Amino acid sequence: MPPPKPRQALLDPIFNNNPIALQVLGICSALAVTVQFETALVMSIAVILVTAFSSASVSLIRTRIPTNIRIIVQMTIIASLVILVDQFLRAYLFEVSRQLSVFVGLIITNCIVMGRAEGFAMKNNVLLSFLDGAGNGLGYAAILLVVAFFRELLGSGSLYGYQLLALAGNEGGWYVRNGLMLLPPSAFFLIGLIIWALRTWKPEQVEES
Amino acid sequence: MLEHYLSLFLTAVFVENLALAFFLGMCTFLAVSKTVKTALGLGLAVIVIQTITIPANHLLYTYFLQPGAMVWIDPSYADVDLSFLGLISYIGVIAAMVQILEMTLDRYFPPLYATLGIFLPLITVNCAILGGSLFMVERGYSHSESIVFGFGTGFGWALALVGLAGIREKLKYSDVPPGLRGLGITFITVGLMSLAFMSFAGIQL
Repeated sequence: MPPPKPRQALLDPIFNNNPIALQVLGICSALAVTVQFETALVMSIAVILVTAFSSASVSLIRTRIPTNIRIIVQMTIIASLVILVDQFLRAYLFEVSRQLSVFVGLIITNCIVMGRAEGFAMKNNVLLSFLDGAGNGLGYAAILLVVAFFRELLGSGSLYGYQLLALAGNEGGWYVRNGLMLLPPSAFFLIGLIIWALRTWKPEQVEES
Repeated sequence: MLEHYLSLFLTAVFVENLALAFFLGMCTFLAVSKTVKTALGLGLAVIVIQTITIPANHLLYTYFLQPGAMVWIDPSYADVDLSFLGLISYIGVIAAMVQILEMTLDRYFPPLYATLGIFLPLITVNCAILGGSLFMVERGYSHSESIVFGFGTGFGWALALVGLAGIREKLKYSDVPPGLRGLGITFITVGLMSLAFMSFAGIQL
C-alpha cells in the first residue's frame, strides 16, 4: 500500500474510515463522557492530542524499537502522554477532571491510540503519522460531539451548560426532559443510529453478514 | 460482614456492570461476541486476570503510591507522594500479570492455554481491567474488598459478554436493514441489554 497523501491521512478517518463507526475502536471511553457537551469536548481534545503526539513519537523512533518489545515501548510513550494530560486537567480544569473521573486514565487503553501507533506510525514518517493520529482523534471527536449534542440537548434541554429549552416546571417552561438520554443505554442507541445514517449515506461501508 | 461483601459483589456484577453501565472493555466486547464458545473463553480469562490484578494494584497503591505510603521503609518518606505514577504502574502490573499467567498456563496447563491463549494478549489493552483498578483506587476499597470487587467486576463483564454472544447467535437468522447489519444492530442490542441491567439499580441487601 502506498503511503497516503497528508490531506488524506488527516481527513479520511473522519467520514470514510471512522475509527468508531467502521473500525470499532476506542468505544470504551467514548460513551461514558457524553452526558454533557463540555466533558465530551475536553475528552475529544485530550484524545486528539494524545493520538497525534503518540503517533509522532512512535514514528520518530520506529527504526530503533526492537520488534519483540514494541507493545511495551508504545504503552510507555502513551502512558506518559496521558499522565501529562491528566496532571494538566487536574491543575487547570479541576471540575471537569473530577467529572471525567477514571476516563482520562483510560485513554491509555483506548484502542484508537494503540491501533494507530501499531498500525500506521510503525510504517510511516513523522509528519504523516502526526496527521494520521490527529485525523483519527478528530474522527473520534466527531462521533463523541454528535452523541453529546443530542444527549445534553434532549436530556437536560441545555447545551454547553446554557439552558436552551425552558424546562417545564414552576418557571413556566414547556420542555419535559427525556430521562433516558441521561442514562447509559441512550449512548448505545445513538451510536447505533449514527452508524445506520453513515452507512445509508455511504453504502460501501455496509457489512456482509 | 459477609452481607457487606455479598452486597459489594452483587453491585459489581449487576448494578455497576463494567461493560453495560460504564462501557468498559467495549472494543473486545463487540469484537469477540460472535459465538458463545469464544465468549466463554475470553470471559474466563478476564475473571482470572481481574481477580489477580485489582488486589495486586491495591497493594502497590497502599504500600508505594499513595501519599505517605512509604513510611514503612523509612519514616522520612512520610511526605513523598507518588500517586501521579499510578497510571503507568497499573498498566505495567497488568501487562506483567498477563505475561506471567500466559507463561504459567503454557507450562502447567497446556489444554487451558490452548483455549485461552489467543485472548490473553487482548486483555492487556482491555479497558475493563485498567478501569477496575482505577475505580478501586478512586473508591478507596480495603484489601479484602478489592479482592471481592475484582472477582465481581470480572464476573459481571464475562456475564454480559456471554449474554451478548447468545443474542448475536440468534440474530444471524433475522432480517436486519442493510445499513444496520453487523455493528449497528449490535450497538442497539447492547443498549437494550444495558437498559435491562438498569432495572437492578437501587437493589440493597
